[in-house]
Parts: sequence; structure tokens; C-alpha cells
Amino acid sequence: MNNRSHTPFIRTVKISERSSKDTLKIRIAAFVLALAAGGIFMLLLGYNPFELYGTIISGAFRSKMAFQATVKFMIPLLMSSLGVAMAFKMRFWNIGAEGQIIVGAVCASYFALFHNNWPHFLLLIVMFAAGAIGGGLWGLIPAYFKSKYDTNETLFTLMLNYIALHIITYLRDGPWKDPDSSGFPKIARFAANAQIDKVFGVHFGWIIALILVIIVFIYLKYTKHGYEISVVGESKSTAKYAGMDVKRVILRTMILSGGICGITGMIQAAGSDMTLASSVAGGVGFTAIIVSWLAYLNPFGILLVSFLFSILDKGSSVMQSAYGLSTYFASVLQGIILFFILGCEFFIRYKFVLTKKGGK
Amino acid sequence: MLKTNDYYAIELKGITKSFGKVIANEDINLEIKYGEILALLGENGSGKTTLMNILSGIYYADEGTIFIDGKEVSITNPHEAIDLGIGMIHQHFKLVEVFSSMDNIVLGTKGKYVKSSALKEEVLNMSNKFGLEIVPDKKIYDMSVSEKQTVEIMKVLYRGAKILILDEPTSVLTPQEIEKLFIILRKMKEQGNAIIIITHKLHEVLAISDRVAILRKGKVVDTVNTKESNEKQLTELMVGRPINLKISRPETKKRKTVLKVVDLSVANEDGTIGLNNINFKLKSGEILGVAGVAGSGQRELCETIAGLMDAKTGAVLYNKENIIGKTPDEIINLGISMSFVPEDRLGMGLVGSMDMVDNMLLKSYKKNKGAIIDKKPSRKLAEELIDKLSITTPGVETPVRMLSGGNVQKVLLGREIESEPNVLITAYPVRGLDINSSYIIYDLLNEQKKKNVAILFIGEDLDVLLELSDRIMVLCHGELMGIVDAKKTTKEEIGLMMAGRKMEGVDSDE
Amino acid sequence: MFIKFLIAAVFAGTPLLFGTVGEIMNEKAGHLNLGVEGMMAMGACAGFMAGFFSNNIYIALLAAFLAGMLGALIYAVLTITFMANQNVTGLTLTIFGVGISNFVGEFMLVNSASSSLKLPEQITAQISNINIPGASTIPVLGPLLFQYNIFVYLGVVIAIICGIYYSRTKTGLNVRAIGENPGTADAAGIKVTKLKYINVLIGGGICGIGGAYCSMIINGGVWMNNPVNGQGWISVALVIFATWRPLRAILGSFIFGAFNILKYYFPKTIITIPNAFYDMLPFVITALVLVVTSIRKSKENSQPASCGVNYFREER
Repeated sequence: MNNRSHTPFIRTVKISERSSKDTLKIRIAAFVLALAAGGIFMLLLGYNPFELYGTIISGAFRSKMAFQATVKFMIPLLMSSLGVAMAFKMRFWNIGAEGQIIVGAVCASYFALFHNNWPHFLLLIVMFAAGAIGGGLWGLIPAYFKSKYDTNETLFTLMLNYIALHIITYLRDGPWKDPDSSGFPKIARFAANAQIDKVFGVHFGWIIALILVIIVFIYLKYTKHGYEISVVGESKSTAKYAGMDVKRVILRTMILSGGICGITGMIQAAGSDMTLASSVAGGVGFTAIIVSWLAYLNPFGILLVSFLFSILDKGSSVMQSAYGLSTYFASVLQGIILFFILGCEFFIRYKFVLTKKGGK
Repeated sequence: MLKTNDYYAIELKGITKSFGKVIANEDINLEIKYGEILALLGENGSGKTTLMNILSGIYYADEGTIFIDGKEVSITNPHEAIDLGIGMIHQHFKLVEVFSSMDNIVLGTKGKYVKSSALKEEVLNMSNKFGLEIVPDKKIYDMSVSEKQTVEIMKVLYRGAKILILDEPTSVLTPQEIEKLFIILRKMKEQGNAIIIITHKLHEVLAISDRVAILRKGKVVDTVNTKESNEKQLTELMVGRPINLKISRPETKKRKTVLKVVDLSVANEDGTIGLNNINFKLKSGEILGVAGVAGSGQRELCETIAGLMDAKTGAVLYNKENIIGKTPDEIINLGISMSFVPEDRLGMGLVGSMDMVDNMLLKSYKKNKGAIIDKKPSRKLAEELIDKLSITTPGVETPVRMLSGGNVQKVLLGREIESEPNVLITAYPVRGLDINSSYIIYDLLNEQKKKNVAILFIGEDLDVLLELSDRIMVLCHGELMGIVDAKKTTKEEIGLMMAGRKMEGVDSDE
Repeated sequence: MFIKFLIAAVFAGTPLLFGTVGEIMNEKAGHLNLGVEGMMAMGACAGFMAGFFSNNIYIALLAAFLAGMLGALIYAVLTITFMANQNVTGLTLTIFGVGISNFVGEFMLVNSASSSLKLPEQITAQISNINIPGASTIPVLGPLLFQYNIFVYLGVVIAIICGIYYSRTKTGLNVRAIGENPGTADAAGIKVTKLKYINVLIGGGICGIGGAYCSMIINGGVWMNNPVNGQGWISVALVIFATWRPLRAILGSFIFGAFNILKYYFPKTIITIPNAFYDMLPFVITALVLVVTSIRKSKENSQPASCGVNYFREER
């Protein structure tokens, strides 16, 4: 079957399947190329790329404190990426991780602020549950409308992010305002009883995060629910054919997805911020989408990618003191690296083909 | 009014086209004049759609030449076909739902402005000329199928088509709409256009065409003047003589009715008729074959019984219990298994990105207790099936979408049989399979029949249906044409029913 | 007082108008571009710096347009040619765009002689509110219609042109077809890839101009970090609120601008509404619009059917 048509000089052709070895090679090449592109950016600014990259890496590891800070940064990113991955596996484009984190933090903070006389571990467990439920509900809303009315989930979850953000602002300026705050209103710092304990110098959110990696991995790969998520994600009609209750799967998965993000919020508020601030999510919900996607929704891949992101981020903050480079430099570098990796993904499933000019 | 020139509108000489090993068109010679309607008649797989796709630029022939208006041409893409004045109206419309009919008609054509009243007038004038009813501002999503088809016809006329090709245009229309369409076609013929209509319905062929070209297995069997022909002759030409395939047909006793379909009517999402008042019984230990041209309601029948589609009226009784309204899960648990192999073969029953083992799980994953999936039985089953059905695959872990040829169907049917159903509904299970693999499937089905399973077998090949089935039911345009004893009927009789002739009083449904 | 409120609403809504119209151009062509914030940021920086050095508003506007377009180009190449996931690419563009905008801004600030960057005199005059003798002094209508700055009028004109483009021209129709059903558009002979690029790029340029407004007007001509400050995201919401129509975006952006400043004008004597509710309102309303249009299956008010999905022409 040939087609000597007036096709353009270069056209895109699908590749039926690449071996996993080839795929890995392309991905590694993409990563290296991306770093090289970042390096060129550094060169243009007059810096030595190797030196700068070296500083980034050492900045993340050079001391116990530095490493702890890296880990601290990684925890919310890792957890929310896991949450996002659950939804993405089902092809439900949950862009609302940011909002789900926030609502989880809000619900948990309620207990931290007003019931901090409860026994410590009981309080933490309740806060944990509150975070999960809060985030879960925030994820349930778009899922319900999607399953019933096919409401666009990308746009809906996006709106919910901003609504959530302003809920904190309202609480901060109103009912939960700390009477001691002078000048700028803020919410009171949590009592020590409501704070998450540290293990090895970092709040034990890291243990929860690692446990979640394993749980999510097992859930998606080995459980019946995970199987259902995969089938629904590939084809809703095949799922129905197999007797699956597609609506139930969508709702259930989004509760879990939002719930995981909600837990992230609780951990950030009670482990890192020690209060409820509007910066509790701080954009990590959006970065989680990128991390999740790059890791192909694989929990261990997410562990790796979020770790790399954290190194880049923590390491870049060192650059300010070392070279006087503003923190925005990290965003630019991150953007360049990501653009390259996104572009190289193309070559895994497609290739360019040159054709001779068409005609008879 | 076009002048009748000396040339044919279209002349095809020696057109041959193969897809891999399959020869779709073999040495086709055909002429069509301006001012005539030619019907292209043939069963599924006869090559008529491929031939028209070559004319409309979707495929490029391997051999042969095409002459338009006496000039030799090369049609390498759909736009060249349009430039040559060839307009194809496909079965599946290509319209933008939220646009008006006028927007769709002028889409992609030259010109600057869209809302100008001059443009509207132009479109209305043209539609009046051909007797087409176009409401320029009506949105496509508000339209009936017949109205959408009218827009499609206008699209090609607006681009200056003198040769119109319609692919199964009446399959989605009501009888009244069909009449309207025929009036339009006759008017266009008077205006000097050349019209090719692909169809399988004999009474329509006889009603509208001037000449008929019959295709069978990729070749033109004959071209006759419609006035000089009749249904019998056309059917004979279309289905040919029966071939002895030597498929065994074991005898079984103790047949009792397991499934009873009563007055079943089903509507499609777009409002067209899926099934209209279907009545039949399915018995244990028998194979009830279902014959019919593609799109006669087979899919609707399968999906309704499996609980994937709602019924408008009627009931499906399984052991006296109406299963209409039950969920697919409940129906699977009752022991009713359905497998439908669509044209793209992956479609519904399989998850392409998953491997064989995971696909084996599709209906049985809930069986074991607990939250974790037990893959061991599925893995075992997968390996057994590879052996038993000679499935060619790099391994059990290969994604199913990478399996070639009919191996996909083997996986599908194998899985359905393993669930030990009481009712097995299988549609096109041997689609695209080679001879040996097909026989393996027939043996599998006979095995199940001997175990007293009730089997509904929907197939494309009449010769197979005649030898494998005990009884044969024929669907046409959503209606049940008749049920006959496979041992006593003829290929011709089936062909007639498939082409729209209802068999009065022939109901071997006991 | 009310008049003052309306005028303030118009000013507040203008950057949103640019962002919205720019994003509408992207989405109409089938591309959900979450990088609006980034493209606006890039335009904000380029526009300001060009204005700072050239002292000419026209050069500044051009620079802003080109910078926004550059951001859109990255997005376009990645999603149109390389078929990358649109959401992820757009989010990356936001990170990159905001980053580079602030990076360059800070770099300029650090390397400048004074402690702040302020736009010089001539351009400041060029972007101040206009005054048409005679017209501007009409009571009520005068200030309401004739006392805005160049950005406001430019924005309205651009929105009107876009509106006409999509509803009345053949090319606009073709682009809309691409966003609804690229397969059908392709079959009709429309050059899908070419039109996608054109619309995404121009849309990005328009976003860039909106960013320039933020950096040049909002902060009184002085460069401040993060000039766009979330208005790109509000624009994404506004696209939905305006149901993907450029003309509706004009009114819609002024309404959203009104919400922005409502808290300063709403009489506090009747009832005290927390500021957060005002800020939340646009998003709540937009979410309602989303839900209502999907319940009513209102096809004309929904996102273009094929938006967010990359188009790949299958082999024949």
C-alpha cells in the first residue's frame, strides 16, 4: 500500500512499537541533551556549566542540613505527584492537585488550631484523616460532574484551585485570624502538640511519603481497583463491556487522588509551615503534574523524578549565595530542561520521514 | 445541463489493488456514463468500497489506469479527486457538529467572507437546482441523519462535483427518506451527472439504477442493464455458487430454548433504527447463524443482549427472566458471554496496551477473594490458549495490540469460551483469519455446541454459515427477514433475504 | 462614584482582555495553552525593557508582542510538531516564562545605575490617559469612553478584530473547524498545521501585550517583580466565562476587573463581605458557567470539541 501523494517534504509517521531498550536509550539521550541545553544557557550568561551543575548537586547534599532541606522539599512534590498519577492513569486530567492540597491543609488545620489539647498522636491521626477527607471531597466534586455531565475536568479542577486559595485568605483575614498578628494578618502558629515529629531531622512526612510510593505502586499494579483504573483509562467502552461500573471507578479514584493530595497539605502545614498559610501548596500541585507525566505515572519513577527536581531546586537556591544568581534562574533552567525532554519524547512514538516530491 | 460528450465520465481499466496478501480489486474494468446511475452491488469484502476509495483518492491502485472525461488521470489524494469533479459521500459523515449546514458546505473553499448574504443565496440556488432541502442556518447537531446526508451531498456539489459516489446511502434512512433521496438522485441524473451508488439492497438497485455492476471477491462478475435483470439473477451473481468447506456439524439432542427475544426494538444514539421488532429463540446445543450485510443490526443485537445498549421496546428472556435493564456485570454472571470483533479488531473486547494475561482477566478478575488480583490462573490460561489455538505471539507479556492478523480474535474467543458460558454470542470471530486458524475456531465452537452451549454466530461468509449453523437468521436494515433451516436452505435464498426480501411464512423457529 | 467604579473596572480588566483574547486564539485552534501567565510575563519584561531603553511605546508594544510570540512558539513547536502533552507543556511555559521575565528584570535592576527602573518621560506620556478636547469633557460619557490609555483602546480593537475574524471570515471558520474536528478540517483541504501555528503564535503575542500593560501601567511605570501576578490564570478562567468569544471577552474582562476592585467600592455599611469572597467570585462564577453549559449540553458555549488533543493525520 503506497501513497505517492502530494505529501509535504517531511512528514510524521507513527512507529508501531519500540523495544524498551530503545525507549530507555532515547530517554537517557533526552536527559543528557536537556542538561546540555541548560548548560548552553549557563554559558551564555558567562558561567561554566560544569561548575554550576556541580554547585547545584553539592548544594543539595553538601551538609546534613542541606540534604534535609532537599528531602523536605521533595516530600510534598513526591506525594502530590503520586496523587496526580492515580487520576492520570484513568485519563482524568486532575489539574487541581494544588487546590486539593490546600483544602486538605485547611481541614487538618482546624483540628490543629482548635483542638490542640487532644493527646498528641490522636490529634495527628485526626488531622491526617481530616486532610485526606478534605482533599478527597475537593477531588470528588469535579469527578461527580464529569461522570454525570461530562464537565471538562481540566478546567473545573483549575477553577477549584483558586477557590481553595481564597478560602485560606478568608480564614486568615477573618475567623482564624491570629489576634497576635500585627500588620499583616496571619493564622496562628500550631502548638507543638499539633506539629509532626521529626525523624532524622525531618518531619516524618518522609516516611509517609515513602510508604505511599509502595502503596500506590501496589494499588495500581496488583489490585482489582488498579486494574479497573487501567482499563477505564484505556477505553471506557471496554470497561463497560467487562462489566465495570465506570462511574464508580471514576469517583473512587478521584477521592483517592484528592485524598493523597489532601494528606500532602496536612503534612506541609503541620510538618513544614507549622501553620496554615496561603503558600502551603506554593505551586507544588502544578509541578506535580509535570513530575507525574515525566515519570510515566510510575510510582518509582515519580520517586526518582521528584528527587531530581528537588536537587535542582535546593541546589539552585545555593546559587544565589554562591554566584549572585537570582532564584529565578532555577525556573529558567528547569523550563529549558523540561522543554527538551518533552520534545525528545516525540522520538519514542514517531519519527520524521523524508519523501521525494509527490506525483506520478 | 452538461452536454453529452463522446467520452465516458469514468473509465477504469485493469484496476488492481492488494493489501499485503489480500487482493481487494483484481483487474477491474468499468465504464460509467454521464447522465446515468450505476449501482455497485456486492457482499462484504467484494471490493466495492476499495474501488471507490481508489476513485476518490484515498487509495492508490497498484495497477491499471483511470480515465476521467476521456483523459488519463492520476488521483493521489482526495483533493485531486475533488478537483477532477469526483465527490464521494461516505457512510460516516465528516461534519462539524456545532456549525450550521452552510458553514459546513463552504468550509475549506476559497473566498473571504462567510456570513455574506450573497454566499447564502448561492448555496440556496444550488440546492434548489438539485431539489435538495437545505436550511442554511440549521446546526448539524439539530439535524436528522437524512438532513446531514443532504448537507454532505451539497458539500460535493458546491465544490463542482459532476461525478457522485454514494457509499451505502440508504442504510441510515427511513423508507420515506429513501424515496426523497431517490428523487434527488434522479434529478441529478437529469442534470447530466454521473452517479455511482454502492449498495447491497436489491430492491433499491432495481428501483434507482440504470445499470448494475456486480463485484465478488475483488472481480467484476458482470455488468447488466437493470431493466433486463431481476432479483434472482442479481442474487446469483452476487453470492455465486456454494463452495463445500467441509465444516463438520455435529448432531445434538435435548435442545431447549435458553434465550428468547421478544419484539425487540433498539434505537441508535443518533436516532437511527438499530433493530425493529425482532423475535427469535436461541436453543442450547445449537449454532444459530446470523447473516446480513454489515450494519444490519448485528452490533446492536450483541450489545443489547450483553446489557451495553438500551432497548426501546421488547424483552430478552433468559430462562424466562427478562435481562433487559440488567447491568453488563449481572449478565456476565448469568453465564451469557459476548464477543464482538469490530473492523479495527481491537475495539471493544480487548485492552490493546495490556498483555494477554491482563486481557484474560477482563471478565474474571473479580472471581477471587480479596483486593489483590490473582494472575496465576489467567497466566496459565494464556499459555494454554497459545498452544491450543496456535497463537503467534512473541510472548505472554506482549501488548495485545501488537499481535498480528487474527491472533487477536483467538485470544478473545479463547477467553470467552474459558468462562464456560451458557450462551455464547460471537460476532465475526474468523475475521481476517487464515484457513487453518478459521477451522480451529469452528472446532472450538462445535465443542461448545456439544457441551450444550447455545451459540449465536454472526458471520460474513455465507458458505461458512451454511455449513456450520443449524439454523440461520437473516437481518437486513434492523429487521428480521427470516429464519431458515441451514440444511434445507440455499445460498440464493439467504442472499435474497440479505438483500431485503422478506421470506413470508418461512420461520423454522421451533 | 459609580462612574469612577466603572472606569476603574475597565482599567483593571484590560490586561485580562489581552490574556483572554490571546488564549481564545489558542483554544479555538485546538490548543489549551496553560502558559498564558508565562507568555504575559515574557511580554511584561520585554515590553518594559524595550520601553525603558527606546522611550517609545510602539517599540515597546512590538517587543512585548514578539516576546509573547516567542513563548507561544516554544509551546507551538512542542505541541503541534512534537505532539507533546498540552497541559504539561503549557505549565512548563508558565514556569519558564515567569522565571525568565523576573530573571531578566532583576538582572537589569542590579546592573542599572539607580535603585529602581522607571520608564522615561516620553513613553510615560504616551501611555498616560488620553484627552480628546471636546469629547473628554462631556459629562459622564466623556470620562467613561474617552479618557483611557492606549492599551485599553488597543485591546478593544484587537478583540473586535478577532471577533470578526472568527465569526465572519473564511479563514476564521476554517480555524474553528480545526478546533472542533481536525479530521474533518483536514479532509476539507484546510492546512491544519499552518493555521494552528499562526493562531497560537498571534494569540501568544496578544498575551504578551497584556503583560506589558501589567509591567508598565499597574505599577506606575516602575519595574517590580512578578508584574503579572496571576492575571494570566484569571484570563484562562475568563476564556470559559466568555464562552470562547472575543467580543464577549470585552465585557467579561471588564466584569472580572470590576470584581477585582469591587472590594474597594462596595459600601461597607450594608454588609461587610470579606475580601476573599470578592476575589473568589470570578472563579466561582466561571465554575458555574462550566457546570451549567455541560448540564445543558450547550455545544456552542463549550470548549472547542478537539481542544487539548493533538492532531495526527493517520496514514492512508
